[in-house]
This record gives sequence, C-alpha cells and structure tokens, in this order.
Amino acid sequence: MTGTQTIVKPPTPTGGRPGIGRLPLARLRDLALVPAILLLIVVGALIDPVFLSAANITNVLQQQTELALLVLAEAIILIAGKFDLSLESTIGLAPALAVALVIPAASNGLGTELPAGLAIVLCLLTGLAIGAFNGLLILRFKLSAFIVTLGMLIVLRGLQIGITGGQNLFDIPPSVLYLGSALWLGVPASIWISGTLFVVGIAALGFFRHGRSVYAIGGNTDAARAAGIRTDRVVWAVLMIGGLLAALAGLLMTGRLGSVAAAQGDGMIFTVFAAAVIGGISLDGGKGTLFGALCGVIVLGLINNILTLGGVSAQWIQAIYGGIILVALILARLTSGKAQD
Amino acid sequence: MTSHEQSASSAAGATAPAAEARGVSKRYGATVALDAAGITVQAGETHGLVGRNGAGKSTLVSILTGLQRPDSGEIRFDGTPAPALANRSAWRQRVACVYQKSTIIPALTVAENLFLNRQAGGGLIDWRGLRRRAADLLAGYGVDVDPAALAGSLTVEQRQLVEIARALSIGATFIILDEPTAQLDAAAIDRLFARMRELQAAGVTFLFISHHLQEVYEVCQTVTVLRDARHILTQPVQTLSRDELVAAMTGDSGPTLGAGTARPPVPASAPVVLGLAGLRLAGYYDGIDLTVRAGELVGLIGSGSSGKVALAETIAGLRKADSGTVTIAGSTPKPGSVPATLAAGLGYLPQDRHREGLVPLLSVAENATLPITDRLGRGGIVAPARRRAAAERMIQTYDIKTDGPDQPVSGLSGGNAQKVVLARALANEPKALVMVSPTAGVDVRSKASLLGAVAEAADGGTGVLIVSDELDDLRSCDRVLVMFHGQVVREVSRGWTDAELVAAVEGVEQP
Repeated sequence: MTGTQTIVKPPTPTGGRPGIGRLPLARLRDLALVPAILLLIVVGALIDPVFLSAANITNVLQQQTELALLVLAEAIILIAGKFDLSLESTIGLAPALAVALVIPAASNGLGTELPAGLAIVLCLLTGLAIGAFNGLLILRFKLSAFIVTLGMLIVLRGLQIGITGGQNLFDIPPSVLYLGSALWLGVPASIWISGTLFVVGIAALGFFRHGRSVYAIGGNTDAARAAGIRTDRVVWAVLMIGGLLAALAGLLMTGRLGSVAAAQGDGMIFTVFAAAVIGGISLDGGKGTLFGALCGVIVLGLINNILTLGGVSAQWIQAIYGGIILVALILARLTSGKAQD
Repeated sequence: MTSHEQSASSAAGATAPAAEARGVSKRYGATVALDAAGITVQAGETHGLVGRNGAGKSTLVSILTGLQRPDSGEIRFDGTPAPALANRSAWRQRVACVYQKSTIIPALTVAENLFLNRQAGGGLIDWRGLRRRAADLLAGYGVDVDPAALAGSLTVEQRQLVEIARALSIGATFIILDEPTAQLDAAAIDRLFARMRELQAAGVTFLFISHHLQEVYEVCQTVTVLRDARHILTQPVQTLSRDELVAAMTGDSGPTLGAGTARPPVPASAPVVLGLAGLRLAGYYDGIDLTVRAGELVGLIGSGSSGKVALAETIAGLRKADSGTVTIAGSTPKPGSVPATLAAGLGYLPQDRHREGLVPLLSVAENATLPITDRLGRGGIVAPARRRAAAERMIQTYDIKTDGPDQPVSGLSGGNAQKVVLARALANEPKALVMVSPTAGVDVRSKASLLGAVAEAADGGTGVLIVSDELDDLRSCDRVLVMFHGQVVREVSRGWTDAELVAAVEGVEQP
C-alpha cells in the first residue's frame, strides 16, 4: 500500500474552505420543513382548538400512514434515480388479489378459498412480484421507468377491476383487517408500523453501505459501477422493496376502511410525488433524505386537516389542496435554489 | 530528480513492467479501433501516450482499465495476467484511471466518495470516523480538501486529486491520467506535475495522455505514439525530437501534401460577411477577432479543449458570448438567437449531424427544406409538390445518393446524410457558412465531393468557416487559424505542412 508513504508537498492553494459551515448547512436543509410544520400547527390551533386534541392528531397521522409508506417507497426509488408510478395501483391490487383468493365466490372472490391466514403473505408477495416485474422491464429490457410504470399503473388497476368484477370487497378476513385497525399502546398499529419503517429506512440509507449505494447509483451510475457496486441488483431490490411497501400500505388502508375499494389508491401518485419533492427528494436521483420526505408527508397531512377543520366546502377542497401543493412546490424550489427537473 | 535513474533501471529489465498490453486488437463493427497494438509501461516511470483523435488511445485505456474486452491480445500487470473482467475489485487494485469525465458523485461528500462502497464492512457506517479517515488520507497525499464538502463543489483540480488519492488508497500503483490538463489553467497544471513527480518518486507509475506535446516533454520519461489504431513507436522522450514526435503522430515526415485545389485569391475589397470582434465566453475562449470575406474559405483548427466548437456555436446563436460582437453580412443579430442569425444570412452545419442536424425519420425532402418552408407555400402551408421539386433540385446539385426525396434520412449513408445537412445549410443562400467537422464519419469519396460542394459555394460568393480537426478538410482553405486554450494563436496561409499545423495545435513551440 502506498497509503503508508506520506509525501511532502508544496502548500496547495486552498480552493475548498474549511469544513465548518458545509455539513451543518446540508443538515439544515433536512430540517427545512420543520418550521413549516410548526407554523401549520399554530395555524391549525388558531382555526380550531380541536386541532391539538390527541384524537385529531392521531387521526391525522393514521390517515397519512398509507401515504407515508408510498412516499417512503417512492423516495428510495427516486434517490436510486428511477421512477415508479404503479405504486398507486399496487396499493389496491395487492390486498384485492389476496382477499379475492381467500374469500368465497359469493363475496366476489375468485372461489379458490385459500386459508384466510395466507392473505397477508399473499398480499405482500403480490407487491414484491410487481416490483420484480417492473425491475425486469426496466433493467433487463432497458425500458424507460416512467413509461413502464405508467403502463403498469393501468394494467394493475385493470387487473384489480377484472378480478373483483369492479366491486368493492367487503367480506374481509379479520387477519387482513388487523394491522390497519388495531391499537398498540393506545396508538393505531399503522402509526407504529410506518414510524418504525421510516426509522429503519433512515438508518439503512444513512448508515449502511448498501443504503449509501442507492445514493451513489442515483448520483452517477457509471461511477457507482466503477466503484464495484452491482447497480442493477441494487435498483432491482429497491423496486421490489417499493412494491412490498405499497402492498403493506394497501393492507393498512384496507384495515382502516374495512373494505378494498375498486378505486383504492386511485390518484394518490400525484400526492406521493408532491410530498417527496416538497420533502427535498430530487426527481433526478441521488439527492434528498427520507426524513425530508417524511416531513413532506406531514406537511401535506396537516394542510389537509386544516382545510377540513377550517370548514372548506367538500366541493372545493380538492382544488384548494392541489393549489396549495403547487405553491408548496414553488416555495421548495425557491428555498432550495435549484431547478426541480 | 530520480526519474532518469528509474527509467534507466527499468529499461535494463530488472523488474516486470507495471502494465503491459501485447498485440491487442479491438473492432467496433466495421471500425478497427486497435490493430495488434501494444504498450509497455515500466514500473515507476511516467509514460506518455499520444496520438491524434481516433488513433485508438481511448480504446487502449478502456482495455487497460478492464472496461472493455480486447478481441485478441493480452494484458499483464506486474508480469501477471490481468484478472477476469467481472472482477472489478481486482482491477481496481491494479489500475485506476482519472477520466476527463468525472467519476465522482457530486451529491455526496468527498469522504464518502473516497470510500464509496467500502464505507464500512456490513455494519453501521461511522460517519465521524469516515471523515477522519478521509482527512488522514487526503493529508497523507497533501490534498487540501475538506472531507465534509460536497464533491460537486470541488474544482476540476481538486476533483482530480481526490480521484488520484482514492485510487492510491485502494492499492493501485498504476494510474492512468486521461487528458488531465485539458480543463486546468497553467498554474494548476504545474501543481499537478509537481504532485505527479512526488508520487512517482514514491513508486507510483503513471500513464499520461495529453494533446499537448509540450507537457509530455515536461513530465514523461517515455512516450508511446499510436496512429490509425497501430502502435508506431515507444521511445525515451530525450531521444525524440519534437519534429520526430509530430511526424510519428501524423505519419508525415516532410512538407508534402500541400495545398488543395488552387483557388483564385480573394480580393481585399470583398465585403466582410462574418466578423467577430473581442468575443469572449468564460471557460471557452477569450479575445477572438476574426473576419471572413465573401468568397473566402477559412479554416479553424484546435484540440478538443481549444474552444473552437464553442466559438462556432456562438456564431450560430446556440451560445451567447459574455462580451464582443458577431457581425453577419453587415448586421448584428441578437446574440444567442438562432432564428436571428439565420435571418441575418448564416448557414450552420452542426458538429453532430445526428443529434442537431437531421430528423432521422423524416424524408430527405423534409429535412432538406426545413429552413425554407416559408418559401414553399403561403400562410404556413407547405405545398408537397413544391417541396418535392426543391428537394430534387438539391439532390441533383449536391449529388445525394438516395432512392428519392421521400426516403427517410435514416436510410442514407453517412456521407449522403451530411450532404443533406449541407444542402439544407445552403438552401436559403447564406452569406456566411459555418461548418463544424463537416466530414466526420464520411468516407473518402464522399469527402471529396462534399468539400467540392463547399468550395463551389465559396466560389459563388459565400464566406465559409470550416471548424475541424481533420487536416484534409482544411487543405482547400485560403488560410487556417489555430486555436489553443481559447485563443487564436497562429494563422497559416495555404501551403502549410501537416507538421507545422499539428505542432501549433498541440501547443509545441516552433523550433
């Protein structure tokens, strides 16, 4: 090793400034949304005192758990420099397929009537399989991730309608309902699950070699490959994890609502991308943190809740919500100073 | 300086060469990139690798770094055969290459880039420890860079040093520097050379690729010349004069191959159709003054980093200069506006005809008539019959080999596709024509007819500026300007020799 040989050299002119200032700044960017969250909490408290009640806060968080898991999945995929639009269909198809396989045909099932205990496993396996198939098309056949997953979004939604005959599924086995409806220590299990998964994700992407390789791939695939990272394998794994998380989100949503709606997850993907981008994830790949993405989810959840509590009429809430998301994106663009392309 | 002793001892064959390629051949389709070429880099020396564009340098580098598999031939490091191509980590311990294109990940810190994919075994990454290790490593090589800084914020010089330090820390003692000086200023080049000498004294072997022969003499002990995919010579630099080196690169050992077809001199009274005054674009070129008269054929040559292409793109309105003016046929179009420059009377042949010049799936007729659609009908309507007639005229004038005006351009050969671009550039009878690498990828016969068409256009009163690396493109020019590091450093009139021009392009002082 030459590393042991210390070489004396002439003083080099400094181009890089000393370390103070750079890293803290990068960390501050992670926390950029925290003031916004605090502001929203103050606004919410002023609009309606109910806002700060434990019941309301729990409600807000629980409603955001499914979105949070999708954002977690999408954020990791975006950091790896890829796209997945099909998550919003996976969240419907995975539980629908799993439930349809275990319930009787009379309840719009497929008639296979597999043991109900298998439903959760089937649901998660469906998510994994969808992610693996996306990976196959994107990595092996070198298709554009955007168009592949847009196609998959439509195919998967169509599969769900085909399997269920376009009906909502109501005869849900208790095991499937459990995760989305149980309380652990007085707090909905779904909040525990999402929170834990975010912590796991933040740790994995922040402190483990394989997690860091996701950033390397998104930042410069050639450089990552030159450093010995098996880029295709990592991206494939990321896409499968994405599918798995979407299926899990589907379970939580099914449990919370008590049924699998034919349009479950329909239209969520815009909110997912908005939360990720507001949270500082770059659509170019390689940039952003999962903590930022989580903040993005919380911001959107609070806005939604405040609009409801503020008595905005139901007919207008969608337009206003969408408008606020666009404003938030503009603000995020202005504060980060970089183009979001 | 220990380098002399080192090259002397290695020449005696005391140690196995640090890297050796023997009889390496590589083809890409019909193109032979390397033809039984080879190189032997002795341990501890700094070895220069030179050759003109397309000589096979990049292919040899990608084979030496294990990114490409040679069709035949053998690679050895320190006397042992090279590892399997799939074993990246074994390659990385033997050889590292600092490419012109960065292999740094800009969004990650310097520390993480240094230890990419080896931040920790399987466990938690200790970020504090990682930064400390990075700081130690950088200090060990005297690289004054903050390990916590984002790699994207580094200068080119710092980035190169970080890449060198990373390579050394992995264990590689053979380092390829692919045109490291292309983007550095003179002071940074001196610092890089000082650093290279120190590392060389510590036992590191370099393969140094440069377009500037001056630098090869400054820092290398041995030099290898490639030409037309073949190995031409390997010799200690002291025993090789500059003229011999240039001759080895051009394959031309005297003042042969002079002027192209003689053209009558352009009268000094001819109007200036293209005038550049004090043009400056930071990082590309500075202080460019240039005039092209009606009927004049002017060449512009320079290496890849000379700024010549950026200059051509500025004239065409694709880039906007920081200061200075571009005058076309007496008017000054709005800077940075392609429609304005076209309207002022400029024809432009882009460097990459596939990317910027042609719409491959559209027909010959449509491609050729794109800029003159306003003349083919009223109110935005393009009359197919008139377009067809216009295209057939062009096909005849420029001798384009095609099934007919309706054939998609993607089906044409390279030379004929280029003629379509030329026809289009000349379609609206420009006063001035700027062409970038007009004959790139064009076979010899098409080249002649293409350049003939250009000369005809000049005879017809168009002022032509040909921006090219190809000496053949410039033979019929009335005069040739040489750009070096963003400035026009020399002007030669017709009758120049290859050696004279190449020496000026490579920045070798005239003896």
